[in-house]
Amino acid sequence: MAAYIIRRLLWLPVVLFVVSFATFSIARFGPGDPVSVAAGQYRDPEVLERIRAERGLDGSIFEQYGRWLFGDLYPGGSGGGSIRGDFGESFIQRGFTVNELIRKRMLISAQLGFLALVVVFGTGIPLGLLAARFSGTWIDPFVITSLLFLTALPVLVIIPPMLWLFALQLDILPAGGWGGDGLAGIFDVWWIGGVIAVPIPDPHLYMPVFVLSIGGIAGVARLVRITALEVLTEDYVRTARAKGITEAAVALRHVLPNSLLPVVTVIGFALVGILEGAFFTETLLGIPGIGRFSIEAVQSRDYDVILAITVIIATAFLIANLVIEISYTFIDPRVRLGEAVNA
Amino acid sequence: MSAAVAGLEDAEVTRGRPAGPWLQLWRRLSRKRIAMIGLAVVIVIYLMGITAQWTAPYSYREQDLTRGLEGPSADHFLGTDRLGRDMLSRVMYSARTTVIITFTVIVTGGLVIGPTLGLVSGYRGGWIDGVIGRIGDIFIALPGLPMLILINASLAPRVIEATAWLEDNSPLAGLIQNGVPSYLTVFGALSLFFWVGSMRIIRAQTLQIRERDFVLAAQAMGADTKHVIWRHLLPNVSFLLILGASTALGAVAGSELFLTWFGVGIQPPAPSFGAMIFEAGSVRTFQASPHLLLVPSFFVVALLFAFALFGDALNDAVRAR
Repeated sequence: MAAYIIRRLLWLPVVLFVVSFATFSIARFGPGDPVSVAAGQYRDPEVLERIRAERGLDGSIFEQYGRWLFGDLYPGGSGGGSIRGDFGESFIQRGFTVNELIRKRMLISAQLGFLALVVVFGTGIPLGLLAARFSGTWIDPFVITSLLFLTALPVLVIIPPMLWLFALQLDILPAGGWGGDGLAGIFDVWWIGGVIAVPIPDPHLYMPVFVLSIGGIAGVARLVRITALEVLTEDYVRTARAKGITEAAVALRHVLPNSLLPVVTVIGFALVGILEGAFFTETLLGIPGIGRFSIEAVQSRDYDVILAITVIIATAFLIANLVIEISYTFIDPRVRLGEAVNA
Repeated sequence: MSAAVAGLEDAEVTRGRPAGPWLQLWRRLSRKRIAMIGLAVVIVIYLMGITAQWTAPYSYREQDLTRGLEGPSADHFLGTDRLGRDMLSRVMYSARTTVIITFTVIVTGGLVIGPTLGLVSGYRGGWIDGVIGRIGDIFIALPGLPMLILINASLAPRVIEATAWLEDNSPLAGLIQNGVPSYLTVFGALSLFFWVGSMRIIRAQTLQIRERDFVLAAQAMGADTKHVIWRHLLPNVSFLLILGASTALGAVAGSELFLTWFGVGIQPPAPSFGAMIFEAGSVRTFQASPHLLLVPSFFVVALLFAFALFGDALNDAVRAR
């Protein structure tokens, strides 16, 4: 087990290396020369050449990649280098480092994603248990079919009507944007009599969190339902019933905990779904998060930002997957990592 | 003894030939009404797309600027868009685009590349398994959407160049005019990402099957890798193939939407649901003429919902074995 984890951790930098180099070359071979964008109206070849050298875009692609990766450790490079977590200066927004551009936006997206994750599991688990409890009646297929319908609603399709209804017609929700920095983005504080503070979720959150979570609820609910149905046929449930325990106690003490275990495994999938949804949700609702920023970066060819975001997302994703895999062995000791491959 | 034999024969006669696994699967599936409704919706929309060329009332690019933004009428069942193009015809041709994209991506990525790699990887193990698995890791780790946008933006000019060369050097003509390059680009980029899922599913199943007695027996009798994979492993993972393909269908159809919306998918004037939704996507447009968004959305949601329902039922039917 320890050997398996170490092997996976050793593999991590290799994957990141390939991912970053692939992104690097795709971006470099794309259409549109960022140097001519940066040069604006000046078409003097000497100026172009100087800018090219200044921004580290001269030489072969391997030299460019080397400078990007190793910074001042590489001849002709500057800065700390991406390998040390310094992604350099933004290509388009001069004077800002990539790290400071990303950090604030990352925080907003992380808050949004976390809330969406809470909603996905907070509604998916009870609905799945509900469907299992009423298996064989109309409630079970009704719940599952309704949730499947929600997965079939693309973000692009539902946002315009929602904006029209809630922002234009009813005027009860803001048409987009983000509440403020830090916790101010999540909670508004209502003062009762100027003394008691009541935190209320910021109205900017409702639409994006709803849109981000609807796709994932069905998956969680279906998984919980199917495990609960399997657990109900287990011997220990029969034994518990035979002992004369009330049905409520059986459900609470035996069925519930055991049906929740596999849910851990889908956290990764839910996160990917939320991340993919964030690109559109943030773009359409004008939320200054990382999803919107990465689309902007791709469109303006801000190389260093694209690369930094790709590497950060890939790292986060690989680590999250590893953690989930390891946590699964703690939850279910029958799972043996690594050995399954050779079984 | 003879009574037992007679009994066996009786059973043979009354039951007839036992139904094959595919027939059994179909029977389990056809008992579910929701699955059949889903399948019917998919078939109707796909038929609309396949026959668009012959059955659409207008061409997708035929404009009538004097009759823009009209609601439904006898001439135009679903109204017209900003340029006076018939919405129904646009929808039918968009369905054709969806058919082309889903079909090509699923056949190459989901049914050929992914399963082949999964079978080889699971059966041979060792370094082959390692290499294929790690390549899969890399594709999974890449943030899919910006990557697709980036790849498509980089790929598109080169694909257009290649197509132009092909037009000049072969009797084929009108490829660029019909938007063939953008179909090729979307197809290429999507199939790059849509093989990993089916590869992993097939590999996991292969790992279990290769230890079974019939595989060991075949190996003991000297069967080579190719024979074992084709005759013993493939038939046993074929249900999973269908299952994987059916779940990927919705995802591929959705991806076309997103790519086109960002301007790197199907290029206008070639019709697609993504383009229609993009043109109608602002709140003000929705307020002024809601049918521009509602018409394509209805078909997209119907198709994705039908895929989800059918996939769900197929999942139950396959796992119920």
